[in-house]
Amino acid sequence: MDQTPALVLLISRPSDNLVGMSEETFDIHYVAKLARLNLTEEEFKTMGTQVAQILSYVEQLQSVELGDDVVPTAHPIPMTNVTRPDAVKPSLSQQEALCNAPAQGNGLFMVPKIVE
Amino acid sequence: MSEPSSHSIRSQTARIQSGEQSVHSLLDSFLERIETHNPRIHALTHLDQEDARKQALQIEKTIQSGQALHNKPLLGIPIAIKDNIAQQGHPLSCASNMLKNFVSPYDATVIAALKEAGALLVGRANLDEFAMGSSTETSSLGLTRNPWNEAFIPGGSSGGSAAAVSAGLCAAALGSDTGGSIRQPASFCGCVGLKPSYGRVSRYGLTAFASSLDQIGPLTRSVEDAAVMLETIAGYDPKDSTSVQAPVGHYSSALGKEIKGLRIGLPKEYFVDGLAEETRSAVDQAIQQFENLGAEIQEVSLPHTEFAIATYYVICTAEASANLARFDGIRYGHREEGKDPAELYANTRGSGFGAEVKRRIILGTYVLSSGYYDAYYLRAQKVRTLIRKDFEQAFKQVDLLLTPTVPSTAFKIGEKAADPLQMYLTDIFTISANLVGNCGISLPCGFSSDPKLPIGLQLMGKPFEEETLLQAAHAYEQATSWHHEMPV
Repeated sequence: MDQTPALVLLISRPSDNLVGMSEETFDIHYVAKLARLNLTEEEFKTMGTQVAQILSYVEQLQSVELGDDVVPTAHPIPMTNVTRPDAVKPSLSQQEALCNAPAQGNGLFMVPKIVE
Repeated sequence: MSEPSSHSIRSQTARIQSGEQSVHSLLDSFLERIETHNPRIHALTHLDQEDARKQALQIEKTIQSGQALHNKPLLGIPIAIKDNIAQQGHPLSCASNMLKNFVSPYDATVIAALKEAGALLVGRANLDEFAMGSSTETSSLGLTRNPWNEAFIPGGSSGGSAAAVSAGLCAAALGSDTGGSIRQPASFCGCVGLKPSYGRVSRYGLTAFASSLDQIGPLTRSVEDAAVMLETIAGYDPKDSTSVQAPVGHYSSALGKEIKGLRIGLPKEYFVDGLAEETRSAVDQAIQQFENLGAEIQEVSLPHTEFAIATYYVICTAEASANLARFDGIRYGHREEGKDPAELYANTRGSGFGAEVKRRIILGTYVLSSGYYDAYYLRAQKVRTLIRKDFEQAFKQVDLLLTPTVPSTAFKIGEKAADPLQMYLTDIFTISANLVGNCGISLPCGFSSDPKLPIGLQLMGKPFEEETLLQAAHAYEQATSWHHEMPV
């Protein structure tokens, strides 16, 4: 059978063969801020390298030939606009909704002050 | 007392209904096996024995009341649940520090369906944190060991479910599959793992990882058991807007049909030099077996296979970054204080999530971010279309596809933990089924010699053609005896 060389490499190559992604363009500090993730200095360093390696790997998607008429697949099944009648139905009780709250008071979730 | 796990679900429920087997003694036999083996393999992270016995009592009452039991195909059958599927009153840790103390206020639709069918829910099964992983090593509750050899991983992310079924700690288990998380651990642990077609089983109550890829499915000792489980959990659910209004097949009664003339395709891109030798020969023998059963084997091509992993890791991380945005320390879960909400979120999420989860959120956030969305996410979705077209093309020539489930047998604990990309590459054969929405099943087809570890073969079918998939899997299984072997 024909081999697909790329797939053979996929299975057997160690990832340090990969060309390093331009680590300059991937700003992990910025992305962590967008994602509201507090990382330690160590994590910034390690994850920065690892994510850059993964990004380097996914760069191969740039080489795929896409015709003008290729529609993106957001969803495996051709379903759109699934709705239900706008009718009130039972849902979680207030008590159920609060049962795992880290901080609650007066039947409400307690949060740090938002507005001064 | 005969080995409880050697009975099929159907024969077990028949014995319970006739009174030949008591629900309590069946539960006891499984609890005994859990007590003996779970401390070592750690397949189950939570076990509420009192609750299990209460369920047994309730089921016994139902039997004694004389009411009709024919609509209870899982009567008294002990089933373990992956700890990312909501079961009212039970933990839903998702193997994460973020949900350490979370107790579900409601049942997932599949849980309600299992209860309705008379099942006895025993134990919460371990997983990779938030289902992100291929080895169950990222669990915040400690890893699970492969029952065949404790130095090896059971696979992931449904590693606990697969190990529990394989070691006979339960009759069946539920897992979830986003990129192979049912099929790959089933392959590594030597049991059956079924990923239904996308939309076949409700995702209501499944902690979302990647909404266009996730599916709940059964892990079982046999194909017939998987068919019985699927019949119970499949079906349209108005609470899941991605579930499909397709009639549920009579999967178990359709088994036993001859597969003469069934066209099975071997995608050439899956049979390459990188396959472990023993995996290759076991799958080759399985192909021969299918030929003996009358199937027509032909080579097909899925040309965009090499891009599947890259496509998957852009799409699933993007979707995960969105789905995990809800974990902010406000309404549930772990909380670490901050001077304002934004700081609270960042602190909470920084300490609540493990490394792999954070890595994927970072990747997903990046590929969706302004300036990069087109180059990464949109492009990946377009490649996804090409992958889907490959399968559509192949399914014009054949009814099913046959591949190895994983390029080799289970790897050692710790072997790939430090190299995320190497870990991702183990999903190479399972991932496309999630991207496309196909149904897929892994079943045992042999063992490696030293150490003895299970090898799995994968069948993939067109969306909503689980009947054909299960018929073929069953035919192969019944012509072989791999499924009778147990590790302990």
